[in-house]
Amino acid sequence: RENMPTWTGCQQQPGKGCNHQGPQQNHKLQHADGPEAQALPMPIPDPHIQYTKVSCTQHCSSITKWHESSSGRRIPVYNPATGKLLCEVEEADSEDVDKAVRSARAAFQMGSPWRSMDASDRGQLLNRLAGLVERDRLLLATLEALDSGKVFLMAYFVDLMATIKTLRYYGGWADKIHGKTIPVDGDYFTYTRHEPIGVCGQIIPWNFPVMMFAWKIAPALCCGNTVVIKPAEQTPLSALHMAALIKEAGFPPGVVNVVPGYGQTAGCAISHHMDVDKVAFTGSTAVGKLIQKAAGDSNLKRVTLELGGKNPNIVFADCDLEYAVEQAHSGLFFNQGQCCLAGSRVFVEEPIYEEFVRRSVEKARSKVLGNPLLPGVDQGPQIDQKQFDKIMELIESGKKEGATLECGGSAWGQQGLFIQPTVFSNVTDDMRIAKEEIFGPVQQIMCFHSTREVIQRANATHYGLAAGVFTNDIDKALTVSSALQAGMVWVNCYNAMSSQCPFGGFKMSGNGRELSEYALQEYTEIKAVTIKMSQKNS
Amino acid sequence: MHRFVFSRALPRLSRLSVSHYSVAAIPAPSTQPEVHYNKLFINNQWHNAASGKTFPTINPATGEVICQVAEADETDVDKAVKAARNAFRLGSPWRRMDASHRGLLLSRLADAIERDAAYLAELETLDNGKPYAVSYTVDLPNVVKCLRYYAGWADKWEGKTIPIDGDYLCYTRHEPVGVCGQIIPWNFPLLMQAWKLGPALATGNTVVMKVAEQTPLTALYVASLIKEVGFPEGVVNILPGLGPSAGAAIAKHMDVDKVAFTGSTEVGHLIQQASGSSNLKKVTLELGGKSPNIVLSDANMEDAVEQSHFALFFNQGQCCCAGSRTYVQADIYDEFVERSVERAKRRVVGNPFDLKTEQGPQVDQEQFNKILGYISSGKREGAKLMCGGGVAADRGYFIQPTVFGDVQDNMTIAREEIFGPVMQILKFKTLEEVVTRANDTKYGLAAAVFTKDIDKANYVSNGLRAGTVWINCYDVFGAQAPFGGYKASGNGRELGEYGLDNYTEVKTVTIKVPQKNS
Repeated sequence: RENMPTWTGCQQQPGKGCNHQGPQQNHKLQHADGPEAQALPMPIPDPHIQYTKVSCTQHCSSITKWHESSSGRRIPVYNPATGKLLCEVEEADSEDVDKAVRSARAAFQMGSPWRSMDASDRGQLLNRLAGLVERDRLLLATLEALDSGKVFLMAYFVDLMATIKTLRYYGGWADKIHGKTIPVDGDYFTYTRHEPIGVCGQIIPWNFPVMMFAWKIAPALCCGNTVVIKPAEQTPLSALHMAALIKEAGFPPGVVNVVPGYGQTAGCAISHHMDVDKVAFTGSTAVGKLIQKAAGDSNLKRVTLELGGKNPNIVFADCDLEYAVEQAHSGLFFNQGQCCLAGSRVFVEEPIYEEFVRRSVEKARSKVLGNPLLPGVDQGPQIDQKQFDKIMELIESGKKEGATLECGGSAWGQQGLFIQPTVFSNVTDDMRIAKEEIFGPVQQIMCFHSTREVIQRANATHYGLAAGVFTNDIDKALTVSSALQAGMVWVNCYNAMSSQCPFGGFKMSGNGRELSEYALQEYTEIKAVTIKMSQKNS
Repeated sequence: MHRFVFSRALPRLSRLSVSHYSVAAIPAPSTQPEVHYNKLFINNQWHNAASGKTFPTINPATGEVICQVAEADETDVDKAVKAARNAFRLGSPWRRMDASHRGLLLSRLADAIERDAAYLAELETLDNGKPYAVSYTVDLPNVVKCLRYYAGWADKWEGKTIPIDGDYLCYTRHEPVGVCGQIIPWNFPLLMQAWKLGPALATGNTVVMKVAEQTPLTALYVASLIKEVGFPEGVVNILPGLGPSAGAAIAKHMDVDKVAFTGSTEVGHLIQQASGSSNLKKVTLELGGKSPNIVLSDANMEDAVEQSHFALFFNQGQCCCAGSRTYVQADIYDEFVERSVERAKRRVVGNPFDLKTEQGPQVDQEQFNKILGYISSGKREGAKLMCGGGVAADRGYFIQPTVFGDVQDNMTIAREEIFGPVMQILKFKTLEEVVTRANDTKYGLAAAVFTKDIDKANYVSNGLRAGTVWINCYDVFGAQAPFGGYKASGNGRELGEYGLDNYTEVKTVTIKVPQKNS
């Protein structure tokens, strides 16, 4: 069974730097968030897809409404495991974005219910939303698996757990965002207020649709902003269901507006909009640049970006080999390799290189591909034809440039966008597969000889999102983790994430941080208020 | 105390209400709520006292016995401390639990209390005598909010990494202190329990709590909810008992790591001494006050009168932060006194289960006698009794709302904490004078100033030696804002992020590294 990130909040296992438990073990520990079920959860067969429209408040209206798109166009939504059409969803374009921004702006007016609400009540609304997601967890996990092709049990135990925990975590922050009083020189009294920025545009990707939705809206709402959020055109369904839950939880109209649409139209309209105060984007580095440019071309809106990565995972010869192989495997293959965090450059120290490659190939070969809704399946399809073609093209380049194809390398199955788990050895740093983000089930294993060398090679990239290091030597662990240019460094673990821990990239992997207390900075403006005093005393 | 439901619920009805509470929706109370729990709560189980002893808890509105309650003494405290210590051992479920899960348990406790709010409010009123309308709209919602607030902190109480000199990596861990003894008073039984449990549990401590002998019932019901929501056994232990036996046993216990006490300054001294003569356990204290409430002549008169009335008379005057020295500027003094007397005369005293009642009985015979003694001393020492001054009913511990004018700073009623419905109004001329007089006390818990002038507001609030200063308001509390005293009003702060400090040991971990880089 494939390992997963430690999102489930399970206890760490004694003697290991990280937990590495399959869904069943995670499920036992799930008592933290609901009554323990007797068996593994099963997806809902043929779920009725209820929400397919644009969710926003009509200007001057007090009710949250579902809207048809202004253009009348619709987005076809496919199941990538079968290629069959699931449903059609209203396609928002710039006119619809305008409408959503107006409604978000109205909800942000001084004196509005949202602006005059107690911070603790904002927190309680987020808590309620977490409760509703927990209630609808099966349905949301099913929609997620159908729409994105991810393995249902992963969606249930990783994506949905992370969603619930993130909402609760920020529910707790709402009334703990403290300003300061500051001992300025002179007869003055100075204090700071941490105020919401205003209308936040949020553009999220298709690899973790509902989890990214929560990562974006939770800190934004916790700080008191209003939101116009565009889910990816490939995976709009869970976001639209979340919109219904947001309404049910009791958020005032206009606070959250969900506009399914394409990047070039709806996404572009958000990032260029003159009345959007901030834009947060998760996706490719290429599009990240466009977002930053759009902010510069329009109103200098604040920009936070979570972009791509080509993350080094460094394995020293003194590590626990079996464990490192397994972590490196899940570090790459988790979610069909469609992770910005994927450990896609595995640097292995020379004495254990051959053995490491042998065991990694064994592991990749044992992976079970198939219908992501079925139990026992480890890997579903890639998200769409475009991604599929891109991955296949990069695999070809690997072969052509001289890497050794150890296993996989081609499509799998009669239908759907499946790719065999693929391992390349003898990869050199100048090959395309060692430099470009593949975003698929393709593992590159390189050989290194010294600590100094591997640090230099690991950092020789435009990216700087995440990195891993496996060693039992405390000096090596601390030296390498401090030298790596990456927003997250995992020591003897990989993909260990939690709401409390910041997430974001150095260099071209992004700007700003999501999750944790740090994310609050990205959604607040600091106002310093200075009052003249007749006489100051300490 | 806890002004905000009263002062804000009404204007807020038009605002979006996330809370379940509003003044409009107080359910009709049962005046005889059933008592389900009257034993000691140790290790998630109910125990008789080792001695077999019990004590009666009294309904102060009638003087009748409600029921007998198990009386903990030193042996029971030992047993509870052992349970708490065991729950705190390395590798225990409580120590291994994710911080976010500790938060979730607290959040579930808040939900369970919210579910049973009406019943708990009835029980609180029965045992303590406070008006049901207040228990239901002030005490209970603030209990729920306090627990939710600290639930949120559990996984946000962050240590630091620190750039020390040399080739080292240095970080701090915020670890729980260990077994915490907590001794709480009878004036806000449920709320004081929440103030104590919230930060202690959010930070991962275990607790041995002694509840006041006058008001043990609601705390024991909450104990049953603590078990229901899934706190591991031994994490919270609740002992009804008397101060000199159970309270003293906690304060001098060699295996209690910290003691938190809310109550009189007199007992606060004993607690600190007990720590000094035993294991130097950490001590936090929330003690008495004689809080000045300063009304300047430019204040909104009507509002200042109403707020000052509330500041003193709320909760039958049984508040450590009661505004019990009302300083009024000379040019408005007479009118202020006249209006305050009018307001006190209108105060509705009576059956606490009646929703119109503003003031119930004092908590017990001892307090009742003490307050009447202070009223006599005021008359004797020459203060002018403007209204009240006597007993208000032929049974129960009711006292008339009482106002003294022409009070001088050296009178007993201007120096000592009365803890009853007795208001002292004093006259002052200048700001410098009133700040000096206001600070001339051993206490330093709370203070207030009423004025429209921003410079005067800043000058006075800066100059007052008090842990809390309210400007143009009184008794405004929020779980988010710290509360505690200067001088003999206490040590440490409760509520807010500051409240976490008292329940945390900071551990500095320093690791040698081959080569440091920024």
